Amino acid sequence: MKVLIMGCGRVGAHLASLLETAGHEVTVLDVDPSGFGKLPLTFRGNALLGDGTDEDSLRRAGIEEMDAFIALTECDNTNIMAAQIAKSVFNVRKAVCRVYDPTREELYREMGLDTFCPTALMAESVVKRL
Amino acid sequence: MYIVIVGAGNVGYHLAKAVLSKGHEVLLIDRDAAILGRIEDELGSIGLEGDACEANTLEEAGTARADLFVAVTEQDADNLVACQIAKHRFKVPRTVARITDLKNEPLFKKLGVDVTVSSTILILQYIESQTSKPPFLTRLAVLKGSDREIVDVRIPPTSAVVGKKIRDISLPQNSLIILLIRRDERIQLPTSTTALEAGDRVVVVGDRSSEAGLHQALAGS
Repeated sequence: MKVLIMGCGRVGAHLASLLETAGHEVTVLDVDPSGFGKLPLTFRGNALLGDGTDEDSLRRAGIEEMDAFIALTECDNTNIMAAQIAKSVFNVRKAVCRVYDPTREELYREMGLDTFCPTALMAESVVKRL
Repeated sequence: MYIVIVGAGNVGYHLAKAVLSKGHEVLLIDRDAAILGRIEDELGSIGLEGDACEANTLEEAGTARADLFVAVTEQDADNLVACQIAKHRFKVPRTVARITDLKNEPLFKKLGVDVTVSSTILILQYIESQTSKPPFLTRLAVLKGSDREIVDVRIPPTSAVVGKKIRDISLPQNSLIILLIRRDERIQLPTSTTALEAGDRVVVVGDRSSEAGLHQALAGS
């Protein structure tokens, strides 16, 4: 599967490495190249500079050939906008986006976006440990 | 009208001031309490501190009874999300987003924002109007609640319709010439036997999607 990851922070870099190990073809996109240092030295995929809320940047990153798009920047609204572009402009089959704000996450899930909320997941996992 | 404005920067501040003076009820939302404080010193208590992309803030703002929701922060993504939440969660009938990236105009419409406003686009249009020859087609109005528009079309001298009668011109479907402005500015009501001349302007009602067809029909040589 061809996967485009927007946002090369800890989660983005780790996910890129996991997916690549599992045999997928991974491209990473970030507005700041400093995050690319978090990728493992063995990473063979593309690491590109670009803004995932910009259609031209997404096109340059090859979004038209991607099977999945994952939005993992630190900013909820950037992720939401980018995932909607991937879905409604480029018809990417699977567009996943991270939303820290639980109510916003719930609303966009209702609106048909494939969202997940680290805040809620983390809280649940802590509750389970008690 | 009750108008919720998001973003108390220059645009938000002047907009709030202007609509207040027209007698509307206004609430201005911003994350920056200091900026809101300065504005409230001048305009009274119209501010709400908070993140307009959080449902709680919009709840507190009484967004559900807003007639108009206007997001004018500097960030296109923030304006998009605030408008989408206002629309989907609070059922605001009209949402307006400020955009800075031209490409976001069609995108935001597709994603449910009712109106986009961009100073970039306005200035660009002005520059184009100053630098290019008179445009073939000028949009005069978009008919409310439909996909029809009224346009002003200039007939170029090279056009195949020069000298032709209106009944012999095949226009796109649903298009109708409603007024004729001759080169010397005389205004005429066109009939089927009126012949078009080079430099005439015709006012046409038609589908918004037919602009290219109209160009083909009236400017094609």
